[in-house]
Amino acid sequence: MARDVSRRGFVAKGAAAAATAFGFDLRPAQASVRELKISRTTQTHSVCPYCAVGCSVVIHTLGDKAHNVKPAVVHIEGDPESPVNRGTLCPKGISLKEFVTSDRRLTRVLYRAPGAADWKTISWDEAFARMARAIKNARDAGFEETDEQGRTVNRLRNVAMIGGCTDTNEINYLLSKFRFGLGILPYENQSRL
Amino acid sequence: MQTVAKLIDTTLCIGCKACELACQEWNDQEFTLGVFQGTYQTMPDLAHNFWNLIKFNERETAGGMSWLMTKYQCMHCADPGCLRACPAPGAIVQLRNGIVDFNHDHCIGCGYCITGCPFDVPRLSPATKKVYKCSLCSDRTAVGLSPACIKTCPTNCLTFGARDELLRKAESRAEQLRADGHAQAGVYNPQGVGGTNVLYVLKDATEPEAHGLPKDPTIPLSVALWKGPLKWLGTLTLVGGILGTFFHYVRFGPRTYEGQEK
Amino acid sequence: MTNGWTDVANADVVLVMGGNPAENHPVGFRFVMQARLQRKAKLVCVDPRFSRTAAVSDCYVPIRSGTDIAFLGGLIHYALSTGKFQREYVRQHTNASFLIREGFGFEDGHFSGWDEAKDNYHRDTWQYEVDGQGYAKIDPTLEHPRSVFQLMKKHYARYTPEKVSEICGCTVDEFRKAAEMVTIAAAEDKSGTVLYALGWTQHSHAVQLIHAAAMFQLLMGNIGMPGGGVNAQRGHANIQGSTDMGAWNMLPGYLKIPRAHWATLDDYLKANTPGKLRPDSLNYWGNTPKFMVSLLKAYYGERATRANGFGYEWLPKAGEADNHGWGFFFDRMYAGKMDGLISFGMNPVANGPNTAKMIAALSRLKWLIVAENFETETAAFWKAKPLAGQYYPAAADPAAIPTEVFLLPASCFAEKDGAFVNSSRWLQWKEAALDPPGDALRDQEIIARLFLKIRELYEKEGGKGAASLLNMSWNYATPGLPSLREVAREVNGRDLTTGKQLNGFGELKDDGSTSCGNWIYSGSWTEAGNQMARRGQEDPTGLGLYPEWSWSWPANRRILYNRASVDREGKPWDASRAPVRWDGARWVGDTIDFKSDAAPGDFSAFIMLPEGVAKFFTPDLVEGPFPEHYEPAESPVENPLHPRVSFNPLGKVFTSDRDALGTSKDYPYVGITYRLTEHFHYWTKHTAGSSQLQSNFFVEVPDELAREKKIKSGDRVRVTSARGKVEGPALVTKRIRPLTVNGKTVYQVGLPIHWGFAGRVSGPLINNLTPSVYDPNSGTPEYKGFLVNLEKA
Repeated sequence: MARDVSRRGFVAKGAAAAATAFGFDLRPAQASVRELKISRTTQTHSVCPYCAVGCSVVIHTLGDKAHNVKPAVVHIEGDPESPVNRGTLCPKGISLKEFVTSDRRLTRVLYRAPGAADWKTISWDEAFARMARAIKNARDAGFEETDEQGRTVNRLRNVAMIGGCTDTNEINYLLSKFRFGLGILPYENQSRL
Repeated sequence: MQTVAKLIDTTLCIGCKACELACQEWNDQEFTLGVFQGTYQTMPDLAHNFWNLIKFNERETAGGMSWLMTKYQCMHCADPGCLRACPAPGAIVQLRNGIVDFNHDHCIGCGYCITGCPFDVPRLSPATKKVYKCSLCSDRTAVGLSPACIKTCPTNCLTFGARDELLRKAESRAEQLRADGHAQAGVYNPQGVGGTNVLYVLKDATEPEAHGLPKDPTIPLSVALWKGPLKWLGTLTLVGGILGTFFHYVRFGPRTYEGQEK
Repeated sequence: MTNGWTDVANADVVLVMGGNPAENHPVGFRFVMQARLQRKAKLVCVDPRFSRTAAVSDCYVPIRSGTDIAFLGGLIHYALSTGKFQREYVRQHTNASFLIREGFGFEDGHFSGWDEAKDNYHRDTWQYEVDGQGYAKIDPTLEHPRSVFQLMKKHYARYTPEKVSEICGCTVDEFRKAAEMVTIAAAEDKSGTVLYALGWTQHSHAVQLIHAAAMFQLLMGNIGMPGGGVNAQRGHANIQGSTDMGAWNMLPGYLKIPRAHWATLDDYLKANTPGKLRPDSLNYWGNTPKFMVSLLKAYYGERATRANGFGYEWLPKAGEADNHGWGFFFDRMYAGKMDGLISFGMNPVANGPNTAKMIAALSRLKWLIVAENFETETAAFWKAKPLAGQYYPAAADPAAIPTEVFLLPASCFAEKDGAFVNSSRWLQWKEAALDPPGDALRDQEIIARLFLKIRELYEKEGGKGAASLLNMSWNYATPGLPSLREVAREVNGRDLTTGKQLNGFGELKDDGSTSCGNWIYSGSWTEAGNQMARRGQEDPTGLGLYPEWSWSWPANRRILYNRASVDREGKPWDASRAPVRWDGARWVGDTIDFKSDAAPGDFSAFIMLPEGVAKFFTPDLVEGPFPEHYEPAESPVENPLHPRVSFNPLGKVFTSDRDALGTSKDYPYVGITYRLTEHFHYWTKHTAGSSQLQSNFFVEVPDELAREKKIKSGDRVRVTSARGKVEGPALVTKRIRPLTVNGKTVYQVGLPIHWGFAGRVSGPLINNLTPSVYDPNSGTPEYKGFLVNLEKA
């Protein structure tokens, strides 16, 4: 099972390994170096979100996941246990921390009104209400219960959905229920481009 | 105590540059923008915040096209020109395992080490007025983790371990390459600096320049002469190093993460 | 991938073509390096440019973009004419022995049955000759002139090394060297793998191209073998899973989407449940009713009853011949016939062909919903004119764009749990490490809350299609934020009588007593728990199968078609490398791709096909039963094989007023597009580290062309096509060699893809240049092999 590895366990493992890991003694050198930045982190098993080689990664976060502690990513590196990558990562994977912590990440709901030259920030409640209304209007206008031959078709062709290839199976399954609940036929993802 | 080393088997390098970012990421170096110079190379050269560079050299030979990709960084020389040149006691240390590390608390930013280095590796930061280079991730190796560049290398081009063992491994790989028809294959371990703790396997060891490696590097005569008698200072600096690297961390350590323990 | 990344280490020869793993899948490439170091495997790289994969290859062959079928046809011809193929494998495990009806043929670019007036084929001559019971007739000697084997031999007789050279532009010697190297895999104790990616799928004849590769691998006896297979190196973390879950015209698990003429569930099942074509075919798709009914039970829960066809009525039905693929709906959007688009992590402005058309199409929507990590070009399409007006002279001012845009802050991989399916088909579970930043929500919450909000409106106000919407099951413990663990259990499926999780799709029923959200994932979360999160490292076969690491679909099978790694009687082709073995009572090793307790001789080896054997010849693809070389829609030459039918007769070319094709008179060079190892798609230009490694867009210009045009590295150049332009510095290189094609020198211009007008670093979008041309089987755009001009800017 993928479980968070305890940081204690990791540090203990690291220290024990120091003496033997490379077949020579590193202890005298140890005293002279800066403290290891991942010596007190919580480790979580994850998988790289870039290409589909499927490298496992270990995400090191500060904070012990206690209720009042907000974890922050300190470091991400390859998971040595994965038979796929055995701890290695490519230049995209090794810089995943830059992605998670990027200052360009979206943190607010943005809305662009018809004809507007800029975004404005709105609340999730407002966004959900407006989006649901827009979708219902389009569906009321475009939903076909029967086709020109009178056959039951229950389909929607004036709304399209795309995406999913960077998201998990479970999200894709929810998207499929969303899609077929609405009756949407035009549905594509990156795998088809 | 054994000397440690890094082995770079250039026949396995695919120029992916994972080591470049692994180095910067682990050592919390600032990212800048690359400079376009008509090749795939990230930077024209090493920089104070960029200690590990893959050099790209494109050549057309009788045998067809070749595109050599070679990792370049501090060579951790057995007889380090930087250490010989350094006038600031304790600023450059040679750990007993062979790692040549800089201790920024003692560095006076004179830049003599840059002159002293036959591989042109150390770089002065205009902001801190200190000199920087690869430390072979002495913090990682101390707890049994391999240096960041080694760990991330996807093709096993990079390995880390006891120098004697790696030298044997390099020689046997070169032998295998020669058996496979690469008659000039060999190991790059230049003796002008007493050998290096970074070893290369080259398909054509007679021409290291094609990889961007100096052919017969030696410590500049001026440096060898003026600093020779003072060399003993270097060996005293191990203790200074303990504090020095710690202070480096406090001063320049993780740049962005709140709550990082000091 | 039929095999998997770890299996590549078992190969004796690796053919990389239409892909560039050293750059785009560096960690996967480590298994190529392993094969070379440990097995002395040869690496053959066929690519228009000398890539980082080529740099470490044993044999590099340059070809003109869009001519891969000619090259593979040449390999097929080479194998057949020299006898370098695995005859017994071909005889036992393929349809080489099947007889085809009288009248099948190929002439002057068309297969038999071409109807000029309809612009389409009648496929009646493309069928097997059948006996009284409907079984295909066979000739095990392969000598019958109408046997697939003889027809194949005849079809590819035209693909001589000289012809390959004339079409592809490599030399005859280069082709021969590669052919000799890759056909070592014809020996029973040698395996060869084929690694490909979008360099194959992005052509107007892409599916046929993969078909050609499969044919070559069947000739070599490489399908089902460790170190063999046809292996797609997929380019996004869960591109495999999102395909498995149904896109385009599919329901989850590759079940076809209903069509209007299949009015009832019975009609649907009758039309989509194949019958066997040979008496010894196991014909596993005969279980389609179990998969479909169980899916309907997962979708509609208790509301799905036998009486109402398990809710089949509520699913949408496409018209008989409707195509709702990318090109079609964007064309409709451009024509103003679409109201809205919902995008979950996809960026059509960057990744659709003909960017100007994408932008114009989005400008005609009433609304656009984008859930993302960053502000992408798609979210910001209405800023195209202010931000990149030089490339989009016809783009509207923001003030004139009526589209309402919602940009929703979504979570990234580290902030969600769930499973990604890698190229090897391994479902690898990940855990969430932290919360999304700021107001960002987990994607499951965004989808769920939006869905529930829409339902609320229908519950209050009613409306068309309310039944489809309200009957869809959504009874999660926390409906507004479904636990992905709960969803994963639903996908695996349960026995509705006992309430227990199913162990696998073998337990599915067609009577409504089981539910399963995706039959191929059944077994991923059993009563024993989450199989996808397993971390066992054991490799009992020593073949890199790692059966206890994560979980692989289907049925934790690591090598698809592994039954074909042994002969009809169960004897391995290569005893040193047998992934499965019949011990007299059952199969051991990898999960057998067969009935697990059936003796080797009980059925033929390819259980998913009605034939029971693999197909060289298939009537399923629209432009012919054998792959044939057709030129890209824009080509510097007429097709050297049949100039009058130069382009795929069924290739789809859109013709809106924003679409145009150029000719070699105005656009003399071939544009080639690709990723660089330093970046991931249009994504990492937002992150600091990757932006540093390749900060600038550049154009790779062949040295000879640069000299002709007096261009030096660093000079700013402009590349134009009939659709648009890009500008950037030139990188002059000898790595893209000029090719002699049909007696004419052809230059190819290299165009890396990673930039755009939204990002930490910016540059032109390469799809400014690409055409709205699509493969007729898959609907994938022809991003590769279009025509451009190049000038100093």
